[in-house]
Amino acid sequence: MNPVYRRRRMTNRIIMMASLLASAFGVIWLFLILLTLVTKGVPALSLDVFTERTRMSGGGLGNAILGSLIMTALATVGGTIIGIAAGTWLAEYGGRSRLANLIRFINDVLLSAPSIIIGLYIYAVVVLPMGHFSGWAGVAALMVIIIPVVIRSTEDMLLLVPNSLREAAAALGAHRWLIVLRVCYSGARAGITTGVLLGCARISGETAPLLFTALNTNQWNFFNMGSEMPNLPMVLYQNMTINSFIPAQVALAWAGALILTAAVLILNILARVSAARSQK
Amino acid sequence: MNMRSENFTMAPRQTSRNASGNTHASAPAKLSVQDLNFYYGSFQAIKNVSMEIPAHQVTAYIGPSGCGKSTLLRCFNRMHDLYPGLKTEGGILLDGQDIHASGVDINLLRARIGMVFQKPTPFPMSVYDNIAFGVKLYERLSRRDMDERVEWALKKAALWNEVKDKLKTNGQALSGGQQQRLCIARTIAVKPEVILLDEPTSALDPISTGYIEDLIHELKTEYTIVIVTHNMQQAARVSDITAFMYLGELIECGHTDQIFTDPEKKQTEDYITGRYG
Repeated sequence: MNPVYRRRRMTNRIIMMASLLASAFGVIWLFLILLTLVTKGVPALSLDVFTERTRMSGGGLGNAILGSLIMTALATVGGTIIGIAAGTWLAEYGGRSRLANLIRFINDVLLSAPSIIIGLYIYAVVVLPMGHFSGWAGVAALMVIIIPVVIRSTEDMLLLVPNSLREAAAALGAHRWLIVLRVCYSGARAGITTGVLLGCARISGETAPLLFTALNTNQWNFFNMGSEMPNLPMVLYQNMTINSFIPAQVALAWAGALILTAAVLILNILARVSAARSQK
Repeated sequence: MNMRSENFTMAPRQTSRNASGNTHASAPAKLSVQDLNFYYGSFQAIKNVSMEIPAHQVTAYIGPSGCGKSTLLRCFNRMHDLYPGLKTEGGILLDGQDIHASGVDINLLRARIGMVFQKPTPFPMSVYDNIAFGVKLYERLSRRDMDERVEWALKKAALWNEVKDKLKTNGQALSGGQQQRLCIARTIAVKPEVILLDEPTSALDPISTGYIEDLIHELKTEYTIVIVTHNMQQAARVSDITAFMYLGELIECGHTDQIFTDPEKKQTEDYITGRYG
């Protein structure tokens, strides 16, 4: 066999093996995490977990799940509206102007800002002036986290819409706003949806920003956004640390972790499915 | 010359400017280009072009790449207005009315002058919605009237038989040739007066090209057609008037038979016989 070719083939095999090992190493941890969650969380699951509120002894996670759902949903809705609007401006109108570049830069910084800093900021501008923790402050902190994610994906997806489509719509005599609304969004819808879902998954598990803002409570706090909101991540933290001497509380925390992970997993799968469907 | 001055007096906003340049057309001028210069920044892409485009005829622009033919075509519906830093000087009259006049609404202008691009550009929506999109911009039609309009446009574009059972499928799922006919149908559906075709068949196979060339013949009875093409045989097949451009200048413009058999300018002859480009 040709020695040059043989050497090339050897190199190829070695690198392939190395890549395989590297990806296996990464994926193994994910599976271990899931395995731990399932083995420790499933035994603790029961109907009470969903219907009872958190108590010092016994109880469930119902109020925390509800609180997390409300805050995540509100933050996602608000963040989507603001994020899509801003992303659209950047992609369709801002272009390469100085203002647009500045916003892009700030957005990138915000995208990678530690979430505890964002919590601290909301604490300073919302919680302190109001004088107490509140669900609204929690929603605000989560919104600050999701907005840059939505802005980024909206802009990226709109830039993927070929300019020839905008020209074609303009050649029919469509106004610019209508071109964006009907043609560009049609093309970018799947990508933007994916971005929103991933952003939603990201904020549903955030703990640090809630520490300073929504705090936590063991009450059912149906839609009373003006006071502390119960939420799953904070319950996990408290049950695993402060209440770790109570085995039932720890078991409940594992159940909560499983529920949270399942929710994030489902959102990710939804995002993938919606992206794949639009490829057809 | 007589026909043209008549046309001017009939026009609603007559300009006192005198059209100069080559006139070989027997039909009245639909579009009249007067001393047109066009600049991409500091680069002058069109140099002092004047010519007339007769109504209900097919006018073809030929010339090597970069000679300004597509640029000129895009001047007709003011496509260049979409981008900053581009400058047009001189006039283009549509039925005697300056398209750059301050009272002209650019979107209404584009509804009168439709355009089909080199690459098919179906919108990411159903076949039906692709066609309804343009119609809805200017007309409020009942569901039934819209259905009729869509069918009419698709039939005109010789696409109806192929897509009548898949009006709900995404326009981007059609084949390249079908997509291009969909784009033509979309343009026709708005009922423009002029149709600009920018190398409409350069991305298509010979069969689809044949369909579209037949279509051009059909359409010229109702519309004024301007086509840019790289393919000289195509210009010879479909057009009544041929204009040869080179390096931004209009070298020669005349009846297609004459341009291809007995051109006046040596440059034209050289190009047609394949000595450049």
